[in-house]
Amino acid sequence: MPQPRSSSPDPRLLLAVFAGGALGALARAGLVEGFPHDPASWPWVTFLVNVLGAALLGWAVTRLQERLPVSTYPRPFLGTGVCGGLTTFSTMQLEIVRMADAGAWGLAIGYAAASVAAGLTAMTLATNLVRRARLRP
Amino acid sequence: MSGVLVWIGVGVLGGTGALLRFLLDGTVSRATAARFPSGTLAVNVSGALVLGVLSGIDLDGDALLLAGTALVGAYTTFSTWMLESHRAAEEGRFGVLAANVAGSLALGLLAVLAGRAIGGLW
Repeated sequence: MPQPRSSSPDPRLLLAVFAGGALGALARAGLVEGFPHDPASWPWVTFLVNVLGAALLGWAVTRLQERLPVSTYPRPFLGTGVCGGLTTFSTMQLEIVRMADAGAWGLAIGYAAASVAAGLTAMTLATNLVRRARLRP
Repeated sequence: MSGVLVWIGVGVLGGTGALLRFLLDGTVSRATAARFPSGTLAVNVSGALVLGVLSGIDLDGDALLLAGTALVGAYTTFSTWMLESHRAAEEGRFGVLAANVAGSLALGLLAVLAGRAIGGLW
């Protein structure tokens, strides 16, 4: 997502992104190591961290941008850092290629379609949940 | 490498991946028109290419955990890809939604295949 223009990046901003990214990556890597999966089976860990990370990002961004006063560090920490580090695009793409390698074309197409559908649904639900809460007196 | 050191490495490389994404996304987004989320696309396709190379050279064990799962995994993002697609749809820009979803998938898969071919040369 576009970031504000800045000639010299705020070191605290960079630290917030780094710290959030470290936490997100640790959580995802811990799950990947804890639940290894066969290339021709459904990659539950990647699927779930991606969908949960999308829901968390939708909640965080909507809440921080539309509900709370403008703040500097929570968005880069939670959004760019934690959610970005927790979720992954590259691993998903490699998993799809490996499914195709194994001849599991239906699984490959189903996994790609389900990830996008569930990711967009999670984003919509989280966004609407925050917006609905805002309207309450 | 001892277990604790590996996990410290996962944290440091995960943070580094997120930082690289933040910087490249910002640079690309500023350099291109804001109508398409090109920054995230550039990050995700380049990350898929690198992960393809790591797969092509048959990296495994701790090296794959550190370079692939931690660094490249945190560098690329699924959540921002979904956020930008969702916001495009909310604004009625369905062409951007379709191009961002289908284009990222197609280019990402091609990047993995190209990366594996490059890695396979080693």
